[in-house]
Amino acid sequence: MSGGTAWSSAFALLPEYLGQHVLLSLSAIVLGTAISLPLAILAARSRVLRTPALAFANIVQTIPGLALLALFYPLLLGLSAFTASRFGFSLPALGFLPALLALTLYSMLPVLTNTIAGLSGIDPAVKTAALAAGMTRRQSLVLVELPLAAPVIMAGIRIAAVWVIGTATLSTPVGQTSLGNYIFTGLQTENWVFVLFGCAAAALLALVVDRLLALAESGFAKRSRLRLAFAALGVMLLIAASVAPMEGGAAAPRIVIGAKNFEEQYILSELIAARLERAGFRTTRKDDLGSTIIFRALAAGDIDVYVDYSGTIWANEMRRPDSPGRAAVLRDMAAWLKAQFGIRDLGSLGFENAYVLAMRSDRARQLGIRSLADLAAYAPQLKIGGDYEFFARPEWASVEKAYGLHFAQKRTFQPTFLYRAVRDGDVDVIAGFSSDGRIAQYDLALLTDPKSALPPYDAVLLVSPKHANDTKLVGALTPLIGRIDLTRMQRANLAVDSGKQTPEAGARLLEQQMPNSN
Amino acid sequence: MSETDADTVGRDGAPLGKRGGERPIAIEFRDVAKTYGSGPPALSRLSLSIARGDLVVLIGPSGSGKSTALGLINRLIEPTAGTVSVDGADVRRSDPVTLRRRIGFVFQGVGLFPHLTVAENVGITPRLLDWPADRTAARVRELLELVRLDPRFASRYPRQLSGGEQQRVGIARALAAGPDIMLLDEPFAALDPLVRDELGAEYRAIHDRLRLTTVMVSHDMTEALLLADRIVVLRDGGLVQEGTPRQVVTAPADNFVRSLIEAPRRRAEQLRRALEGGAP
Repeated sequence: MSGGTAWSSAFALLPEYLGQHVLLSLSAIVLGTAISLPLAILAARSRVLRTPALAFANIVQTIPGLALLALFYPLLLGLSAFTASRFGFSLPALGFLPALLALTLYSMLPVLTNTIAGLSGIDPAVKTAALAAGMTRRQSLVLVELPLAAPVIMAGIRIAAVWVIGTATLSTPVGQTSLGNYIFTGLQTENWVFVLFGCAAAALLALVVDRLLALAESGFAKRSRLRLAFAALGVMLLIAASVAPMEGGAAAPRIVIGAKNFEEQYILSELIAARLERAGFRTTRKDDLGSTIIFRALAAGDIDVYVDYSGTIWANEMRRPDSPGRAAVLRDMAAWLKAQFGIRDLGSLGFENAYVLAMRSDRARQLGIRSLADLAAYAPQLKIGGDYEFFARPEWASVEKAYGLHFAQKRTFQPTFLYRAVRDGDVDVIAGFSSDGRIAQYDLALLTDPKSALPPYDAVLLVSPKHANDTKLVGALTPLIGRIDLTRMQRANLAVDSGKQTPEAGARLLEQQMPNSN
Repeated sequence: MSETDADTVGRDGAPLGKRGGERPIAIEFRDVAKTYGSGPPALSRLSLSIARGDLVVLIGPSGSGKSTALGLINRLIEPTAGTVSVDGADVRRSDPVTLRRRIGFVFQGVGLFPHLTVAENVGITPRLLDWPADRTAARVRELLELVRLDPRFASRYPRQLSGGEQQRVGIARALAAGPDIMLLDEPFAALDPLVRDELGAEYRAIHDRLRLTTVMVSHDMTEALLLADRIVVLRDGGLVQEGTPRQVVTAPADNFVRSLIEAPRRRAEQLRRALEGGAP
């Protein structure tokens, strides 16, 4: 993909991403301030409350933003199970709600500390004067203390706003669209224009909001109604300008298509979207989800359709340590999914994307390593790289156990950088994906698995319980089953991964090459 | 000018004020004690009656309990023991907010609300009492005139005013809701001497004109002698002497009171000598 088209496709996504980003940040700041302000007012008067309130906000602040966002997923999932059993309604555990809650917590510390500081910093003589003039405590607060503390409080809100706008880019992995979509997708597809565009857009937004709130702050400090009016006008214009161009969403329910955090998943999600839209569905995407999150989200109905891999479900969800062979895995898994969750498995797309251990061919030849069994002797001198999940997955445990592998060092990488790391010699072995085009491109040797410690990883198309019997949806997707072979998938992956094609173009490529495509 | 003022002390000391038979008591302290935390008593068994229409100055060094006594009157401070009554009623039986709206309070230096204009500061208690806006506005104009502030000051903020001007606003604000009782906590202490004298004299005139009962805290004996109908000398939380300025000057209760009046007396002497001998 050339630079020019990358810029124009980035701009084309801006209304949706910016609108969602602003809506999310605004909601979090408003909610955070609405909670923090009364809490701070109480805390300013009571030491008993002040210490725990500040301690809590401080602890929240030390949690990395991404982790805080991720924590709300299981939390909401548990809460949702509770409300569903007790009150008969469930909560969405992905998307807006977890992002909103995490960012709300994140916004609280500066508002709390500044409000407490602002209120405690008021000259006691002025407070006595307020009482002596015959004010109740509430009147003193509203007429005297809050107006006097307003510039300091506003400064706290300003800090919170900048933090929230920056951190909101991390809400992409919990399924909430934001300017972070540019960054996550760009990082994955090595589309540096996207990464840059996402960073610049988020920074610019933060800067504009910072300036507007600084104007409001000085308006409070200087008691200038004009400044306050301009600041309010600016904020309203900004909100209107970013939210108005968003596509009106509520009209028809959309089919939510999930994707994990690598190219193949983006391409397949585009392919699914294209087919569904042609069949008259409206679709929306939730990208960059982790393996466990995406499965739970499907079971809970937060997403409606996505592609998973049989081995992943076999090992991670079914907790099966054995490997009874490809056909048995597919059969047992489909039955298990239906019985446990009501999830419909439409079948295998026709290719496998297995976890494979790979080395540079020259290095493998030099050491005489062909299989995982050969690897065991050299492992203590070698470094291995994996994606964020691999070393925590049961498959790794079974491989480690089956072959007695003990590496000198384990490192984790964003999938994009994983293949480069082994090519450039940063690590000796990687746990990659068999369908990744870079295996061929970088001349990597796949190590065989004679003990079948790794299960098969057929790509399977899964549909949420809600749409399991939706014949129109199932009918639109069934033609994909068995039509995508490994070579085609690798080619599409490579085209996207090298930054030459968008996932959308990759999906078109895949569809054109499909046998008997209609 | 200050010389003639000094001469009026004697006249003022025994006016219609005190000796004029039984006047109703506006404020009464009966065996009042106040202790802060585990410290020594700030006030111990103070008994004192303040007649309606009097301007009483509470005087004493810092830590004598004079500001505590003032705060007890409008319940900014609650007593540890004893009873404070206003117009015959125990203040603890009345709602503190209502009580405070009936009693004007003037602070040393800073008490104005920095985020409100002069007009808004003066109109604050009427606003709390839900007066209609036009009535409040008229009252503000009237009060600015009373404290001799130009009406143009109404829209300014306290920080744009000099110390003397700010304190005029402070007095106007305290008078806004038409109280019978005024409490002044070292109101002129932070001002430069010329402004202090002028404002003191003006306040005394306002007190007479509006027939107020005023309790003023001061540590300046000259000011007390010049302005007060009665002087209450406090030390270490206890009453040392209570009487007219003349009584305090002519019959100080002990060496402490004597030392308090020594300074103004000496300065008056020096001044007289300077004016007699040193005139060119």
